[in-house]
Amino acid sequence: MLDYVKLPILGLIAVGAAIAANYGLDLAYKIHAIIIMLVAGGLFLWQLRRTGEPAIPVPAGEYMDGPVKAAAIATVFWGVTGFLVGVVIAFQLAFPVLNFEWAQPYLNFGRLRPLHTSAVIFAFGGNALIAAVFYIGQRTCAVRQWGGNLSWFVFWGYQLFIVLAATGYVLGSTQGQEYAEPEWYVDLWLTIVWVAFLLTYLGTIMTRKEPHIYVANWFLLSFIVTVALLHLVNNMSIPVSIWGSRSVQVFSGVQNAMTQWWYGHNAVGFFLTAGFLGMMYYFVPKQAERPVYSYKLSIIHFWALIFLYIWAGPHHLHYTALPDWASTLGMVFSVVLWMPSWGGMINGLMTLQGAWDKLRTDPILRMMVTSLAFYGMSTFEGPMMSIRAVNSLSHYTDWTIGHVHSGALGWNGLVTFGMLYYLFPKLWNRKALYSMRAVSWHFWLATVGIVLYASSMWVTGIMEGLMWREVDAQGFLVNSFADTVDAKLPMYVVRGLGGVLFLSGALIMAWNLWMTVRKGEAIADTHSAVPAE
Amino acid sequence: MTDHEHSNLHPDDPDTTGHSWDGIQEFNNPLPRWWLWCFYATIVWGIVYTVMYPAWPMISGATPGVLGYSTRAEVAEEIDRFEALNADLRTQITEVELASVNREDTPELYNYSIQAGASTFATWCSQCHGRGAAGVQASGYPNLLDDDWLWGGTVEEIHDTIAHGIRNEDDPDARWSEMTAFDDILTDEEIAQVVNYVLDISDQEADATLASAGETVFLDNCAACHGDEGMGDRVLGAPNLTDRIWLYGGTPEAIEETVRHSRFGVMPSWSGRLSEADIRATAIYVHGLGGGE
Repeated sequence: MLDYVKLPILGLIAVGAAIAANYGLDLAYKIHAIIIMLVAGGLFLWQLRRTGEPAIPVPAGEYMDGPVKAAAIATVFWGVTGFLVGVVIAFQLAFPVLNFEWAQPYLNFGRLRPLHTSAVIFAFGGNALIAAVFYIGQRTCAVRQWGGNLSWFVFWGYQLFIVLAATGYVLGSTQGQEYAEPEWYVDLWLTIVWVAFLLTYLGTIMTRKEPHIYVANWFLLSFIVTVALLHLVNNMSIPVSIWGSRSVQVFSGVQNAMTQWWYGHNAVGFFLTAGFLGMMYYFVPKQAERPVYSYKLSIIHFWALIFLYIWAGPHHLHYTALPDWASTLGMVFSVVLWMPSWGGMINGLMTLQGAWDKLRTDPILRMMVTSLAFYGMSTFEGPMMSIRAVNSLSHYTDWTIGHVHSGALGWNGLVTFGMLYYLFPKLWNRKALYSMRAVSWHFWLATVGIVLYASSMWVTGIMEGLMWREVDAQGFLVNSFADTVDAKLPMYVVRGLGGVLFLSGALIMAWNLWMTVRKGEAIADTHSAVPAE
Repeated sequence: MTDHEHSNLHPDDPDTTGHSWDGIQEFNNPLPRWWLWCFYATIVWGIVYTVMYPAWPMISGATPGVLGYSTRAEVAEEIDRFEALNADLRTQITEVELASVNREDTPELYNYSIQAGASTFATWCSQCHGRGAAGVQASGYPNLLDDDWLWGGTVEEIHDTIAHGIRNEDDPDARWSEMTAFDDILTDEEIAQVVNYVLDISDQEADATLASAGETVFLDNCAACHGDEGMGDRVLGAPNLTDRIWLYGGTPEAIEETVRHSRFGVMPSWSGRLSEADIRATAIYVHGLGGGE
């Protein structure tokens, strides 16, 4: 029955998109309409061929691991892509000639930069979180994923969002809100996908066989719910025309700035922190084979974290048109956030109590522990940088970029790699990873890469901040902006090299995971059966 | 409770909460004391801080904080401090005869002008003239370090150029001249001749036959501005063509491009954007870079 509803809907979308491609006012919109037309048309044909076929029975006693596998593969793919674009733009900053004339305007720094940030945060991080939510949710609820093929819709719908966002940036379509660059119709699509994501997860939790909800699920649920809220509020805009990609934000001036950084900071807080803590709370105890250190700490730091994070946004707007009182509150909440953030690190690290010896032999666990160390470092650095006096030096400098990357590469990157190394043998029923030596290489390349990245940005950021504020005895600025750019060149090259190391590590991982699936020793499937009640 | 495997527990482990999810258990450990006390300390600090500084939004405004702190007031105070410090010198520089400012007679004023001028130059002028004021060779951005001036190199002349700019539409007093584009006026042969003549008078390799024929073309078409000898005319901003210092390049191709299509270098007027004191200081700074007359 449902099939006969899907067919006309898909047909209408394909025809509607064809009309939109015809009337489109700008290139990005037209190309997006063509992409949507092809996707809907393809789905229409696919649906047509299988309509009326006998339904394949759902294996009720098995976990639904198809979407987890797909999201794990997508994580690797988008990760490598995002890191590669990052390396390219790092060298574009060092050597502006790499903004090739022939590639203008599509591949200039201004368009590739949001492509990089979105690719790593939303494509790499987002797929990692989808894999984590689907996998952890089923395992810790001891029930098959709720909603059947809705999970597949979430996965493919999210990939379509990524493709629309990425092509939009390169073609010049952006609403200019950092980390929320996609235009109105892409935002609407993501809203639909996200609601489906929330439903599959809530359904799984509500039909769970376990009496209690495991801590990882609190974090993952808070991530999905809060990101939905953030996305809806920060993307409130009115399209200039339904035939074009341009839109106008509902908020303007300082209200717009405040909404944007409330969004931006909580994208970090709930996407990159709460979501990945959920991931950590499952995979670290699993890999260490030890109980979580403290149940009490997990409750307290969870509620403190989600309560405090949501207020910390104004620290992005110190010394701007934002009133001082809002700036003070943003700073105070950020500093109070320090210990709740560290609660996650303590709970993760102390879970290794009684298993520290495993660090010598297990590079995957080493990766997870290093990721917690970077998490601890950047959640100390963050509150420190939110202090007004520190921020007056650090703001607008490369220090901020370094801070973000020690969190993104160190914490999000390494914990995701750990998860992937854990998941691939499990999902494909392999005895072990193809090569542990390769994991070790990945670990060292990534760690040295991050250290080069973070330290070069500390040096250049602090230097830049000092140069900007340097005045002579009579109050005149000593340096021009170009002087600071000139002075940063060596550190920009070091940063680029750090990126190359990190990317090489990720490529080794991609090869290792590929070989694990292709050549790894197969074992019986002991992992996908839902435990009997 | 789906997993009763407790094999990963050690004999001396603390109690667990008794739950197990996919084999994961939780210890019933208390909160680490140091963590809890640090958390309390930041909360207390936060409350105290919000009492000291503007923080809590109320109905008609936020609490101002007992310290009376304001970022805007802080900046204003710092600006006022330097303005008060420099007030006398700024008045002097706007009143004084520019040419009389020099290191020996008016050291304080001269020093101030160099500092202020350097800062202004770095912010507003370096984009075109370069951070070191050497211009951008052959791209129409003049070098300010040499003694080859288009519109005059005395400090007064430099001041007028900065204040009003060159060939801009914004300032009625902007320096203005416009070279004719000879593409439609001269034949290709005449253009080749005059280009070779210019190469010849600037001491470069030239076709002698073409160059000698070019002299007539030059005298008929170019000499009115560039002078019979090609020495240029500062009143018109017409460059000296004999000194081998080129604004747009001295190759045969570059000269031919100039003759055919002309050039139209523009400099903005700064009198609307910078104060008279800053413009004067910048004039003294540029004059002092090496080529001032």
